[in-house]
Amino acid sequence: MSHYEASIREPLVLGDKSYHDITEDIAKPIEGQANKNWYIAFYISLAAMLWGFGCIFYTVGTGIGVWGLNKNIGWAWDITNFVWWVGIGHAGTLISAVLLLFRQKWRMAINRSAEAMTIFAVFQAGLFPIIHMGRPWNAYWVLPIPNQFGSLWVNFNSPLLWDVFAISTYLSVSLVFWWTGLLPDFAMIRDRAVKPFQKKIYALLSFGWSGRAKDWQRFEEVSLVLAGLATPLVLSVHTIVSMDFATSINPGWHSTIFPPYFVAGAIFSGFAMVQTLLGIMRKVTNMEDYITRMHIEYMNIVIILTGGIVAVAYATEFFIAWYTGSPYENYTYLSVGAATGPYAWAFWSLIIFNIITPQLLWFKKIRRSFIWTFIISIAINIGMWFERFDIIAIVLSKGHLPSTWWRFEPTFVDVGIFIGTIGFFFVLFLLYARTFPVIAQAEVKTILKSSGEFYKKRSEQGIPTKPAIVALNATSKKEDSDNNLNG
Amino acid sequence: MESSKVIHAFYTDDEVLLDAVKTVKAAHHHIEEVFCPFPVHGLDKAMGLAPTRLAITAFLYGITGLAFAIWMTNYMMIDDWPQDIGGKPSFSWVENMPAFVPIMFELTVFFAAHLMVITFYMRSRIWPFKDAENPDPRTTDDHFLMEIPVHNNEAELTSLLSETGAVEINVVDKH
Repeated sequence: MSHYEASIREPLVLGDKSYHDITEDIAKPIEGQANKNWYIAFYISLAAMLWGFGCIFYTVGTGIGVWGLNKNIGWAWDITNFVWWVGIGHAGTLISAVLLLFRQKWRMAINRSAEAMTIFAVFQAGLFPIIHMGRPWNAYWVLPIPNQFGSLWVNFNSPLLWDVFAISTYLSVSLVFWWTGLLPDFAMIRDRAVKPFQKKIYALLSFGWSGRAKDWQRFEEVSLVLAGLATPLVLSVHTIVSMDFATSINPGWHSTIFPPYFVAGAIFSGFAMVQTLLGIMRKVTNMEDYITRMHIEYMNIVIILTGGIVAVAYATEFFIAWYTGSPYENYTYLSVGAATGPYAWAFWSLIIFNIITPQLLWFKKIRRSFIWTFIISIAINIGMWFERFDIIAIVLSKGHLPSTWWRFEPTFVDVGIFIGTIGFFFVLFLLYARTFPVIAQAEVKTILKSSGEFYKKRSEQGIPTKPAIVALNATSKKEDSDNNLNG
Repeated sequence: MESSKVIHAFYTDDEVLLDAVKTVKAAHHHIEEVFCPFPVHGLDKAMGLAPTRLAITAFLYGITGLAFAIWMTNYMMIDDWPQDIGGKPSFSWVENMPAFVPIMFELTVFFAAHLMVITFYMRSRIWPFKDAENPDPRTTDDHFLMEIPVHNNEAELTSLLSETGAVEINVVDKH
């Protein structure tokens, strides 16, 4: 009965699959050839990436003046993009850590790719503060290391320094969590590989994983403890990012509501990006049996929940801005001033993409539709970008001194770097989808008997999951075979 | 090196394997190792493996990280070079502590997570360029392998294992 699950639950693995079928399905994209669509997508992403790198070199060579920043708006696209990418990163850890603690089996089909997305997104996020320094070769000054200036240390009172610690901890812990989970799957690829070079590479990547009972016992304990550590970590990261905007004295940049609502917004946007990526990936890599309609619906439910939290936070911000009666608060990013002023287009983009569009997901038909999910996920990605843009550009455009009011216009370099990071992100993700096991196959095998369609059907008919034992014929016994076929 | 004989019994089902492990244990045979493609619930208990203490090490590493963060913030911000930053109390660590909470938290997690994973890798002997030690490549796909040392009881073990549902039984020389 260890594999029992109520028959009312929809299966998470479709088709009559055996353990070996799972191996085959997950290994196929790695062992096969890339098709034309993959190459087209890859070259477009690569071109965008190179264009972005060009813009980065131009920025570093010439100076931050090539951006659209001005005296008032010292942060704009760069920090918008930074917060946007960090936010996108949140879904991966949420899926692999929080859902592990809640014993949600559906996370197993999507955690690998969501975590890959996290790591690639945090790479992009990390680029922006470093470029914004203007002298990226001095980036190590943010670390508390003994230096050549006497005992001049970093300032631990600053939220910007908290960011350094939060994001580097988050990136490195996510990376080891992801890699530890990958070891058994790399080992599976290694043990099937026929080409010697491929075998060498995957042997290296798998760290010599052998799958002993003791290894698995430790593996499960480590996963559980890492999940326990990563859960407060993922909540802390966006809390700390929000403190960049919450601990200042600018109107609009001192909201105590920011930490919880930034976290909800991050999960909201992260799940939207997971939907965007998996909507395509499940088709391209033929993973439709593993990433099912059920998975898409579950993620949409998380989107409705976190989107709801974000909507309530917006309403609160809008109300408080009005209720204070302070003229300075009337141009924060959620206020009458913002809704009717020169940035009305950005304000209404935020409302339409982030608040109104996701409400469609209340309808079960839409929530379970792949194409609608894809469209709505794109809308949320755009909406969440506008949220950060509004918080930064609208708020900074009007300060306490009316003669300094100015607006922000991005230059081609601002746009180029942003597009470049999108290209870089997709280059990494496309390479990942061709070379890594995109589904945590070892974990999916553990839920096959409880949540696989084949076994669920059988258990409804009263057939036990344990096969009948056929005693082995003594003649099939082989003597003295090679001890170590792995060489 | 002395060469000794072991039996490799293969299974293709986790539940069959678990029952087989129990049967072999009940017959008072020593199970040297079981190689699995995925974690099997209750296998460690059935084999009589001691619980892992990695969670305890994580706790200790976390405490270490917290202590390090306290020492570092105190040394850098209070002892070595106190600065007036927005009027925050730079003369007393305790009074300045709220601003250091994020650092203390992050370093606790950083130390606990990384050192625990490194401990896991060292204890399970997995690291880059380490050669795999599973005796058969099928054990990362869909086969489970039980390894039992033979002490002049080959026939007895073979018949016992074949009754437990093993799909293949090999007697091999372990080098």
